[in-house]
Amino acid sequence: MGMAIDRDDTQFHVLAVDDSLIDRKLIERLLKTSSFQVTAVDSGSKALEFLGLNNNDADDDEEYEQRDSNTESVSSDEDQDHQDLGLGVNLIITDYCMPGMTGYDLLKKIKKSSSFKDIPVVIMSSENIPSRINRCLEDGAEEFFLKPVQLSDVNKLRPHLMKGRSKDIDSSHKTTSTRLISSGN
Amino acid sequence: MDLAALKTQLKNFVQSMFEEGVLDNQFSQIQALQDSTNPNFVEEVITLFCNDAERIINEINRNLGYQNVDFSNLDSYVHQLKGSSSSIGANRLKLACANLRQASDERNKEGCLQALQLITCEYCLLRRKFQALLHLERSIVELETNQK
Repeated sequence: MGMAIDRDDTQFHVLAVDDSLIDRKLIERLLKTSSFQVTAVDSGSKALEFLGLNNNDADDDEEYEQRDSNTESVSSDEDQDHQDLGLGVNLIITDYCMPGMTGYDLLKKIKKSSSFKDIPVVIMSSENIPSRINRCLEDGAEEFFLKPVQLSDVNKLRPHLMKGRSKDIDSSHKTTSTRLISSGN
Repeated sequence: MDLAALKTQLKNFVQSMFEEGVLDNQFSQIQALQDSTNPNFVEEVITLFCNDAERIINEINRNLGYQNVDFSNLDSYVHQLKGSSSSIGANRLKLACANLRQASDERNKEGCLQALQLITCEYCLLRRKFQALLHLERSIVELETNQK
């Protein structure tokens, strides 16, 4: 309780995915204006590549980790390093309509991945189609923004990111207090 | 012309584009994202947009030149152009895209050709105005730099 959130000085890192050059430029500017660190890619497969998930792994992620118990701890360590080094992505914001892998496809792959399913995903679309919006939200998207995305939309992202960060702090505090108790004897 | 007068001229020029419906509020959002750390943001976005729009209009032209038009391909291009237009605040161009979208949905080649004419018209108008706008912007930057 009460400890100041001292990890707040680390910038949140957002991965933006959009096949439109103009939209990528805009979202990048909007995110940077809001003090986010940004990586922008032009496709779902590039996004997965950046995360360190290739297209095949994303589908069989859990299967793959269980297959060999020797490799299991190695891959999860690597993921942890990936996150800890601050290369870790704290939020993914993706366009819906993209050639090849849609934003929805990307959402599904992320949510199926044991390493990345807790990363909040936000979907953007130029089309206001309620059934599309509902499907994305039901399948794990935190927010759905209609394009053109505004600064006021980007301001809605911070709570989702803070939630993730305080979860990290809570779990690290729990570990610390457990250790203290057990070493007290 | 002095700096203040140039700035007023630019402001009035953009205002007239709003009044004519050529631009909408989204363009103001883009202007608002330009600051001292990103002094060329508006110019960069306009340049990206124009290159992209011309590429797409040429592709649509090419597509409509075929005996058998690939309408799903056409759909994809219209979607892109409409999206870009919306993102930069090019209101009339965006509306012109809706026309083409409709004609394409109806698989109406003649309708598509007409809609494309309108799109080309709107784009040319927009580009002319953007060029004037950027000319004003550059003059302002030059004056500001010289005054420092």
